[in-house]
Amino acid sequence: MNKTLNHRAWWMVLPVLILVAMNAVIPLMTVVNFSVQEEFYGEFSFIGMQWFADTLTNERFQNALIRQLAFTFTILLIEIPLGVFIALKMPRSGRWASVCLVLMALPLLIPWNVVGAMWNIYALPDIGFMGYMINAGAGFFGHDPANGPWFDYTQEPVAAWFTVILMDVWHWTSLVVLLAYAGLQSIDNAYYQAARIDGASRWSVFRYIQLPKMKHTLTIAVLLRFMDSFMIYTEPSVLTGGGPGNSTTFLSIDLVKIALGQQDLGNAAAMSIIYFLMILLVSWLFYTLTMQGEKK
Amino acid sequence: MSLKLDQVSKSVAGEPHIHATTLELRKGTMNVLLGPTLSGKTTLMRLMAGLDKPTSGKLFWDGADVTGLRVQDRQVAMVYQQFINYPSMTVFENISSPLRLRGLSDAEIDRKVREAAAMMKLDDSQLSRRPLELSGGQQQRCALARALVKNAGLVLLDEPLANLDYKLREELRSEIPKIFEKSGAIFVYATTEPHEALLLGGNTACLWEGRVTQFGPTPTVYRHPDDIVTAQVFSDPPMNFVPLKKRGDQTAFGETSAEIDGQLFKNLSDGEYIAGFRSNHLRLNQRGAQDLTFKCQVSETEIGGSESFIHLHHGRDSWVALVHGVHDLPHQSDQTMYVDPAHIYVFSQDGSLACAASYAGSA
Repeated sequence: MNKTLNHRAWWMVLPVLILVAMNAVIPLMTVVNFSVQEEFYGEFSFIGMQWFADTLTNERFQNALIRQLAFTFTILLIEIPLGVFIALKMPRSGRWASVCLVLMALPLLIPWNVVGAMWNIYALPDIGFMGYMINAGAGFFGHDPANGPWFDYTQEPVAAWFTVILMDVWHWTSLVVLLAYAGLQSIDNAYYQAARIDGASRWSVFRYIQLPKMKHTLTIAVLLRFMDSFMIYTEPSVLTGGGPGNSTTFLSIDLVKIALGQQDLGNAAAMSIIYFLMILLVSWLFYTLTMQGEKK
Repeated sequence: MSLKLDQVSKSVAGEPHIHATTLELRKGTMNVLLGPTLSGKTTLMRLMAGLDKPTSGKLFWDGADVTGLRVQDRQVAMVYQQFINYPSMTVFENISSPLRLRGLSDAEIDRKVREAAAMMKLDDSQLSRRPLELSGGQQQRCALARALVKNAGLVLLDEPLANLDYKLREELRSEIPKIFEKSGAIFVYATTEPHEALLLGGNTACLWEGRVTQFGPTPTVYRHPDDIVTAQVFSDPPMNFVPLKKRGDQTAFGETSAEIDGQLFKNLSDGEYIAGFRSNHLRLNQRGAQDLTFKCQVSETEIGGSESFIHLHHGRDSWVALVHGVHDLPHQSDQTMYVDPAHIYVFSQDGSLACAASYAGSA
């Protein structure tokens, strides 16, 4: 075969380069730019890592980070076991399997802000069904309505946390269910037969057959849920707006407040980068650690 | 020890998967379940194991009724076509799992596992690895060792070699009967391949659409099929058939008329039958004066190394000849083929055997 060397072919790559630059590199570099400079009446000066140091030592950021971690780990602790449990209980085949799958997929199809708005109304103490029922229950157990509602997520941090977590569990457990279900479906029936012949217990079947076979899809589920919940913005923003007080102000809500509310671009830029690196680092660590056992 | 199936049947959602079947399998015997895919081999095995309850009928183990007994309370081991091992355990842990469930001491478990591993040719480095890190053949050896170590009275092998490549299959096939022979258990081996049944020996049950068409010593079933279905199941390539008309000394095979030595079909009354002969009995050259001559047309030739499969048309019948050597016959060419009448089975119109091929001797 004859090959002619023709460097003009490189021009063919140009449109892609421009696209990537416009939608990835330039916006990202803008943030990097802001994170290392200070703006004073239109004058920019280089200040190095100052914004980063400020952000990391800032108590407000630290508190938002703690809230964020508490939220993410709480929903992971609930959603992963619950999702696996539901997937185990779902029928393997037949019409009911399809019905279950559609039901499970429904919450995932609802836009995030709609989910926030739904729960915002649903949990209101006076007109929301859930809020009303909880308060009716509290009244039954002796709470005096004259002291205000027992459950009011707009006033009480605990109630607000409860509602935000319940909302997230409602919205996202399905994703874990679907992934775990897919993992379970890939297990050959012969495995279950072999286990029955061996006289293995229900727990052994789960521990030695189902769990190892679900490992890969569960890893993906944990990763997706970690990343999504760590970045969560829309739903709590619509539901509580970060309140009452700062009690449900997670990292991204705080970030938006700093960047858009206070126009504090240097801090916001530094915080964005720290935020991004944290997600990247944790995801990478988790993935490497879980996949390490495979290669050995 | 014996396993007896008494009128055992299985229906799923009103559809019969296994028709009433009566079989008796004896201690220390190899029993082959031979039948095409979906003929009910696996279902029958599941019934034998106790994984499924029969819709009707009873199972007896050593004369005791075990119909309702749970599978874990029976002495059963099973190996599947897929290589079924616990993925997160090492090979050693896999093999030892049935022993640990039984609560044996560590020293005893270690001894038994190493014994079984040695028989299945698994070395120490393989014992410490996970099954999925091993080759397919070794994974199946691990599964076989697990079945072996159980020392079960009934060992069910459901197409255990179907997913292995040719060389490994040959190797394991020759080992399996020897290894399991020592344990004195009842073996049931499901396969779709007639030649595998012949190589394994023992007894063969031919299965067709959920029915055991014949059960007996493998060579007998091969040489004296009770009916056309058994002959079909136990022939690969498929048996060649041709309509047979007999009137006195005159016989017509499809469009070929022939005069046949009166001795051969002497018990056959005049009428219409179906004649069948196996593909290796359809030959390119004449050997005896008695040979029947068929004018055929070649439709296709497949060359498989030392042998050739010649696909032919004889009138409306499609035949296959399995002949030694490489024969690249041109498409559509005319070809004269020969069959020794002693190799011909004659079946009645209802499928039952009317006259066995005389070469097979008397049953």
